[in-house]
Amino acid sequence: MRGIRGFVIRRVLFGLVTLFVASIIIFAATQALPGDAARSILGRNATPDSLAALRDQLGLNKPVLQQYWEWLRGVLTGDFGNSLAEQRPVTDVIGERIVYSAFLMFLAAIISFPLAVALGVASARRRDGPFDHVTSVVSLALAALPEFIVGIALVVLFATSVFHVLPGVTIIDPGTPPWSHPKELILPTITLVIAVTPYTARIMRASMVEILESDYVEMARLKGLSEQLVMWRHAVPNGIAPTFQVIAINLAYLAGGIVVVETVFNYPGIGAGFVDAVHARDMPVVQALALLIAALYVVLNMLADIATILVSPRLRTSLK
Amino acid sequence: MTDQAIALDAPAVRRQRPWVILLRATWGQTRTKVGVVIVLALVAVAGVGPFFAPYAPDAPVQRAHGEYALPFEPPSSAALLGTDNIGRDVLSRFLWGGRSVLALAALSTLLGAVLGIAVGLLAAYSRGLLDEVVMRTMDVVLAFPQLVFALVLVATVGPSLALMVFAVGITTMPRVARVTRGAALEVVERDYVRAAEGIGVPRRRILFGEILPNITSPLVVEVTLRLTFNIAVIAALSFLGFGLQPPAADWGLMVNENRQGLLVGQPWGVVMPVLAIGLLTIGTSLIGDGFSRAAIGIEGGRGRT
Repeated sequence: MRGIRGFVIRRVLFGLVTLFVASIIIFAATQALPGDAARSILGRNATPDSLAALRDQLGLNKPVLQQYWEWLRGVLTGDFGNSLAEQRPVTDVIGERIVYSAFLMFLAAIISFPLAVALGVASARRRDGPFDHVTSVVSLALAALPEFIVGIALVVLFATSVFHVLPGVTIIDPGTPPWSHPKELILPTITLVIAVTPYTARIMRASMVEILESDYVEMARLKGLSEQLVMWRHAVPNGIAPTFQVIAINLAYLAGGIVVVETVFNYPGIGAGFVDAVHARDMPVVQALALLIAALYVVLNMLADIATILVSPRLRTSLK
Repeated sequence: MTDQAIALDAPAVRRQRPWVILLRATWGQTRTKVGVVIVLALVAVAGVGPFFAPYAPDAPVQRAHGEYALPFEPPSSAALLGTDNIGRDVLSRFLWGGRSVLALAALSTLLGAVLGIAVGLLAAYSRGLLDEVVMRTMDVVLAFPQLVFALVLVATVGPSLALMVFAVGITTMPRVARVTRGAALEVVERDYVRAAEGIGVPRRRILFGEILPNITSPLVVEVTLRLTFNIAVIAALSFLGFGLQPPAADWGLMVNENRQGLLVGQPWGVVMPVLAIGLLTIGTSLIGDGFSRAAIGIEGGRGRT
């Protein structure tokens, strides 16, 4: 056990260091780059007075290290400064949006996971049959498509040009919870499901193919168990283990994917908020959201690594 | 030197270069051929399309009487696919709009591949502290989704083509470096590398002359995969308004500009670029899958003998 605990501790520490360096990169890229951040925010026609005021507000007159230190101290105490565009705390701006993004990602995850497992199992059972081939080619094609292409294609198909059955953009009154708009959620959710399902299904298929050829499945069959029982009691539970890792990676991928998908559907989450902030050059919001997305990414990848160790006996014993 | 040594080992077998074997095995699959046809067709559209475009990419459509067309007009004899958001010819802008996506995606992938291969080889060959430091640095870049990293830079510097290539290339680097290092670690241990070291072959020639040719398969697979993803990122940047700037003709930008057209029954300004970008990524990923299957086949064959 000490080996595993040691590994987990090392991995967590490494994640924290990565995040710390990531925060330096974000800060360096947004505030300390050569050039005048205040002028690039306000544009060429800014008056000297307004430039000076903004420099003061952003703390640009202080030494760079002190600026970074103050920013980091704020981040650690939950204070990301004030949004330049909305003139209120960044945490308020993000707080409203985060519920929307989390709900969307949650929906996509709980739909795509069982779907991927079912597809993977079905393909592995009929290995090299027509179903397997079709699934393989279709999932290859779908996995290749950029999210905004899938999103726009769904809008063309179901909202504007072919069928007119679903809303193509999200119109949500501020303050209402995301689940009170089920119709608006359908297309963004499908887009994300299409983005993440193929990969999971592929891993599930590969893992099931291996298991179905294993001795204990052979044994279970020879005992005379029904094929249903062999599959769902013996094979599938073991085949799912490697996909836990993939789920974490997929969720990390979703953290990037929501940037585009939320923008396509005008969905008021942190992804669309990030794009809006980049458009408005609202640096405090850009910094906060970039750090948040990086943190999500680092934590999920860390969970993926730890899950890999925990579910694979060979790696686990090598640590002892 | 080493070629001779191998030839002495098995004089009867004519050894072929690894990449020739890989290309043969890849081309032998239907999916590769389909992918190549799709990609070549789109490269042709982007490359020679402008010569067939009825209008200049930023010119307004003029009807026979000389009056200018309105925005989002449906297809007509003056504009075969209708007009776009400010009355320009959708077909012409489509024919002009592929070059930027293709060129930027290819350039950024090239940049990322060259940097990533160099870094990965160096890490695998030097081992020790340098390996550790270099690969941990790569991990930090991996902490950002590619698009998010690019957007952070755009927020500061403002949209520019060089920045797109830089941002996408830099975020491609660690992914290629990981694969290069993983594959090279095993090759570094082989006898012919030890032999080359023994007779004093310079380090640069060992890296690029001995190790690189023997990790072609995983690298080609990875770089093709990266190209597919980079097309998506480049197109998405333009779609979000941070890539090519108006009045440029660009497939990603076209989707953004003509979205209102969907609501007024003129979908072509969106549908054409969406089809083109979608088919392009499907094509490159079919080729990548062909490479990947061929590489597995070659590895499997080697394992059995």
